[in-house]
Amino acid sequence: MSASTIVLAILLGVAAGVLSGLFGVGGGILFVPALLALGLGQLEAQGTSLLAILPTVLAGTWNQRRYGNLRPRTALVLGLASIAGVEVGARLATELPESTLRRLFAVLLFGAAAQLVLRTRRRTSRYPDSP
Amino acid sequence: MRLVAIGLAAGVFSAFFGVGGGIVAVPLLILVAGLAERPATATSLLAIAITASAGVVAYGLRGQIDVGYAALLGLPAAAGALAGSAWQQRIHASTLTYGFAVLLTGLGVWLLVG
Repeated sequence: MSASTIVLAILLGVAAGVLSGLFGVGGGILFVPALLALGLGQLEAQGTSLLAILPTVLAGTWNQRRYGNLRPRTALVLGLASIAGVEVGARLATELPESTLRRLFAVLLFGAAAQLVLRTRRRTSRYPDSP
Repeated sequence: MRLVAIGLAAGVFSAFFGVGGGIVAVPLLILVAGLAERPATATSLLAIAITASAGVVAYGLRGQIDVGYAALLGLPAAAGALAGSAWQQRIHASTLTYGFAVLLTGLGVWLLVG
């Protein structure tokens, strides 16, 4: 890893973090394209993204705890149930050709963009005076 | 039972794409489990900590994790996310959100043609 690659990775990390905090989306949807840009393959980008989101998720959870919105028991049931799903998802991803996985990830990005627009339009119609 | 089903779906989605899975878990928690938006978001965040850890094990066992890049992106991102969510309370900009949606769409196009 060269010095310029390291600087680029840190900058992409900061940018992905700021954008995810600002717009309320997960970091993973930005980490995967960032890691692809840094030269990783699709599967390795996805695995690395899962490790890279952990600090943001933990900091975010710590932050949310103060507002009393957290339902720890619900989260625990969800999280534990997800473990079985994770093995299925990882197996499916590994079996597909990386080029197919990459195209499906593009579809995910389009879906996230659409969800964001819909959510914003709903909010602005609820508060028509806000900019 | 509903929660278990949501968890399973979020887990498959998360590991299949290498993302947290909040994009499916939050709407399902609102629509299927009846949570309000803020509790759904906060609760899914904690659940994602477990889901993503399981994903790290699953991909790690397959040798598909670059720990160096994860640290270089992930640690600065945590600081950036705290700043971003603090700014979010102050700015109320739908124009910015549309710009971000365009950015996501552009990234998708790049993945398709690049």
